[in-house]
Amino acid sequence: MNDRTMGTPAELELIARVLNGEEHLFYELIRPCERAAYMTAFSVLKNEADAEDAAQEAIIKAYRALKGFRGEAKFSTWLLSIVLNEARGRLRQMNKAPVESLDREADEQESFTPFMIADWREIPSEILEREELTRCIEQAVEELSPAYREVFLLRDKEELTIEEIARIVGVSQGLVKVRLFRARMLLQKRLAPYLKRERTVRPRSFSWLGGRP
Amino acid sequence: MRVDCKHVWACISDFIDGTVSAEERRAIELHLEHCEICSAILDSVHNILVLTADDRIFQLPLGYQERLHARIAAELKLAKAPPSATQT
Repeated sequence: MNDRTMGTPAELELIARVLNGEEHLFYELIRPCERAAYMTAFSVLKNEADAEDAAQEAIIKAYRALKGFRGEAKFSTWLLSIVLNEARGRLRQMNKAPVESLDREADEQESFTPFMIADWREIPSEILEREELTRCIEQAVEELSPAYREVFLLRDKEELTIEEIARIVGVSQGLVKVRLFRARMLLQKRLAPYLKRERTVRPRSFSWLGGRP
Repeated sequence: MRVDCKHVWACISDFIDGTVSAEERRAIELHLEHCEICSAILDSVHNILVLTADDRIFQLPLGYQERLHARIAAELKLAKAPPSATQT
């Protein structure tokens, strides 16, 4: 544990004020975590409405439990672990599937062969204006197993540190790194051929269309 | 220290996160200088992460914040109410 992972003095002061009658400051406290709370729930539930419900419920639970917050972790880490538990509980109720069993596959250490390419130029983010490409990336992430999707979205969407993710998910930092590696490589394998084709097809067809007079 | 392609692939994720040792980083950078395939793979992973981070991927549901704040407001009101009011 170190200063970066513990509650900041400003955060602790804000919490003390909320507990001492300035309840309206709770909005300020959770504002920086609102998006991450939704994304954390979504990483488990893969459904917008369910994720929103779980995030809301967890934030209310966090409010009710605020007295118990000791500043041993950052507030966001504490809040997001409540969100994750809420979402996992809902998933368990929905399909009666034990969430823990999914964690085991991430422990397997096997070598990984990426999609082989010889050249790659950056794809501009403008491609996301095309809805089918946005959907294609989202679908690839949704198809990851939950253990991979959780760490991937927390790291590469919410930009949390490996240390924070380990505390939220409740596994070692080493395991977070293994899962992150596998998630990223699975996405590379799945998306690189598709995105590469997207990039190269258009210029080729344009040169063909505007070909020799 | 010399590294081969398989070693580079195994380290891509840590390399992107900057969690490889200084010696390993130098060895990977040296490899990338002359290996077009590994450079392209690294670029593709990096690019996929950049695209994923874009706000247009997994957008928040419309009205999410308003509904969340309304739910909190209801909770705060309930907590403020005198015990007799909550019992009825």
